Amino acid sequence: MTVHNLYIFDPNGNCLFYNEWNRKKQAGISKEEEFKLMYGMLFSIRSFVSKMSPLDMKDGFLSFQTSKYRLHYYETPSGLKFVMNTDLSVSNARETLQHVYSNLYVELIVKNPVCTSTQTLDSELFSSRLDSFIKSLPYYSPRAA
Amino acid sequence: MWPRLLRHSAAQFGRGPTHEMPHFPNSELFTLTYGALVTQLCKDYENDEEVNKQLDKMGYNIGVRLIEDFLARSTIGRCQDFRETADVIAKVAFKMYLGITPSVTNWSPAGDEFSLILENNPLADFVELPDNHNTLIYSNLLCGVLRGALEMVQMAVDVKFAQDTLRGDNVTEIRMKFIKRIEENLPAGEE
Repeated sequence: MTVHNLYIFDPNGNCLFYNEWNRKKQAGISKEEEFKLMYGMLFSIRSFVSKMSPLDMKDGFLSFQTSKYRLHYYETPSGLKFVMNTDLSVSNARETLQHVYSNLYVELIVKNPVCTSTQTLDSELFSSRLDSFIKSLPYYSPRAA
Repeated sequence: MWPRLLRHSAAQFGRGPTHEMPHFPNSELFTLTYGALVTQLCKDYENDEEVNKQLDKMGYNIGVRLIEDFLARSTIGRCQDFRETADVIAKVAFKMYLGITPSVTNWSPAGDEFSLILENNPLADFVELPDNHNTLIYSNLLCGVLRGALEMVQMAVDVKFAQDTLRGDNVTEIRMKFIKRIEENLPAGEE
């Protein structure tokens, strides 16, 4: 049971934050390209999901899974996007991501006048609190299942 | 300038807050802090129009951040339309931050404009404007806050005070007009 990595994107597609805990394989492209790829994919999939939805959509795209991992997505009405990859034992990480937003991002970044949220987040406090939080999750362990 | 701009009635202090301010230890401190801010701006700029602009700008910068705190604390999702937005602003946001619940009225026929009527205004408790400041929009910070916050949820709005008890009107009325939806941009370099 584990969390692989976490991305935070602002409404313009800039990656504000990235951290990995348990990633065995890299994407083979630069981090910058990886962030653009991730954001572009999310943008496309969200618009696809809303277009093809057979019913009125409520939350839209939530997650996708492969045979090895699940990608969880949470977007705030203000356009901030949280993406977390976990292994398959985690079925719903929405609450986790909401917690990262409400209790970590809003408290430590938004309320900090020094942090301008249009560039990469530069707050050590945020990084370390996030790290402790992720490691305290019931489904986190240093080794993948 | 200070004693003239803010004539606080000594008898009214200590009567307790006229509204319930959540999470704030002392609402008088809040009112005084805001008053000190406006007074300092008046000293710095010496021109009501300029002060109004600065208040709006400061409000905007507050609003773009305040919206995140609001979203985090209220767990309200996206509003479906401008009417729902108006209700959320009046019943949830104003209550959460200022402890008051303005009423939503005077909808335009197209449904793109409405008024918030404030019975009382915590920012302007006990304040009287001196005669040489009759174009000062004392609470203009609020307009900036609303504008900034809504911009972060993809709504471009125009916000201004239509009536103000500080300028002799019976009520304080904020008029909000929906201008357009702000579309999400693709990052540069994508097709």
